Amino acid sequence: MRVLRNLLILAFVGFGAAAAFAHEYKAGDLEIVHPWARATLKGSDVADGFMKIINHGSTPDRLLAVSVEFAKASQIHTMKMDGDVMKMQELTDGLEIPAGATVELKPKSLHIMFMGVNQELVPDTIVNGELTFEKAGKVKIEFMIEPAGTSHSMDNM
Amino acid sequence: MSRRVVSILIVVAAVSAAALGYLYLTQGGTGPAAVPIGGPLHLTDQDGKPFDSASLDGKPYAVFFGFTHCPDACPTTLSEIARTEDEIGAPAKDLTTLFVTVDPERDTPAVLKEYISNFGGNTVALSGTPEQIAAAAKAYRVFYKKVPTSDGGYTMDHTAVLYLMGRKGEFRDVIAYSEDHERFVEKIKKLLAE
Ligand SMILES: [Cu+2]
Repeated sequence: MRVLRNLLILAFVGFGAAAAFAHEYKAGDLEIVHPWARATLKGSDVADGFMKIINHGSTPDRLLAVSVEFAKASQIHTMKMDGDVMKMQELTDGLEIPAGATVELKPKSLHIMFMGVNQELVPDTIVNGELTFEKAGKVKIEFMIEPAGTSHSMDNM
Repeated sequence: MSRRVVSILIVVAAVSAAALGYLYLTQGGTGPAAVPIGGPLHLTDQDGKPFDSASLDGKPYAVFFGFTHCPDACPTTLSEIARTEDEIGAPAKDLTTLFVTVDPERDTPAVLKEYISNFGGNTVALSGTPEQIAAAAKAYRVFYKKVPTSDGGYTMDHTAVLYLMGRKGEFRDVIAYSEDHERFVEKIKKLLAE
C-alpha cells in the first residue's frame, strides 16, 4: 500500500511539474501562454489574471469571455494612466486578437479582472478557467497563482 | 479712455498674465504648490475611532487615496511603503502612512483593518462619510470616480499618487505611481531627514 501511495504521489508531483513547465495551450490558430493570476488579499474579493495570446493565423479572433469557478464575474479590463489617474475600463465587446499578433495581458495593462472571488487564491497553486474565443471556441486553461505583489510575467524574467 | 490709458492697461494685463504664467510654471507640477495641497483630515480610522491629522504633529506622513477592490495601484503602493520602511529601518518609525478610501460604501473600518494587515508598515486606514471623503480628496486634488461593470458592480478610477507631508503637515513632495523603488526610497529618506 505504501509503495502504491508513494507511486501515486510521484505520479501526481510529476504531472504537476510537467503541467507547470509546459504551461501553454493551443486552440486552432491560437496559442495561449502561461496564464497566471495574483493571490487574493485579506479584506478584498478581487484578483487579476494575465496571459499571452498569440494568433498564428491569418484572420483575427476575439476573446469573448473568461469563466472561472472561484469568482462571481470575470471581465476583460484595460488599465491605463491618465496623468496620475489610474483608469480601468471593461471591454464588454471582448478583446481582439489580430491576425499574426501577440496580445499580452499583464500588470498595469490589459488584465482579466475577477470580481467576487469566493475562494482564497494561494501562491503556487493552480485554479481552473475557461476562455471563449469567437472562432477558436472554448479552451480550458489553468491559472498559476503567484504572490499578490508580483508584477512581472514569467517569460520576462 | 485716452489711448495712453488703454496702452497702460494692456501693458498691465500682459505683465500680470506673464507673472501668472511664471507662477504656474514654477509653482505647478511636483514642487510646493502656490495653493497648498493637503490640510487637516478628520476621518474615521480602522478601529472605528475618530482620526485627526493633528495627532501626527511633529512627524512626517504619507497619504494615498485608494480602495480595497483595487487590483494593482493600491496593493503595489502599500507593499512598496512597507518594503521601504523595512529597508530604511529605525528612522522610518517616524513615518505614518494614511490610506484613505475613495470607496467608503464598501470600505468600512473593519474591511480596511483586514486589508492593511496584508502589508505591514505603519499604516492608518481611513474612511468616513461620502462628504468627508470628498472634502479630503478635494484638499489633496485627488480625482476619483465610480465606473460601473457588467456584473452590476463597480470599480473606481482614482489618482494613484503618494503625497508626502512634512512635520508641520505641510506638502513636501509626491511619488508618482510610475516611480521606481530607488526613487521611492530616496524620497522617503529625504522626507524623514527634513
Ligand atoms: Cu480591473
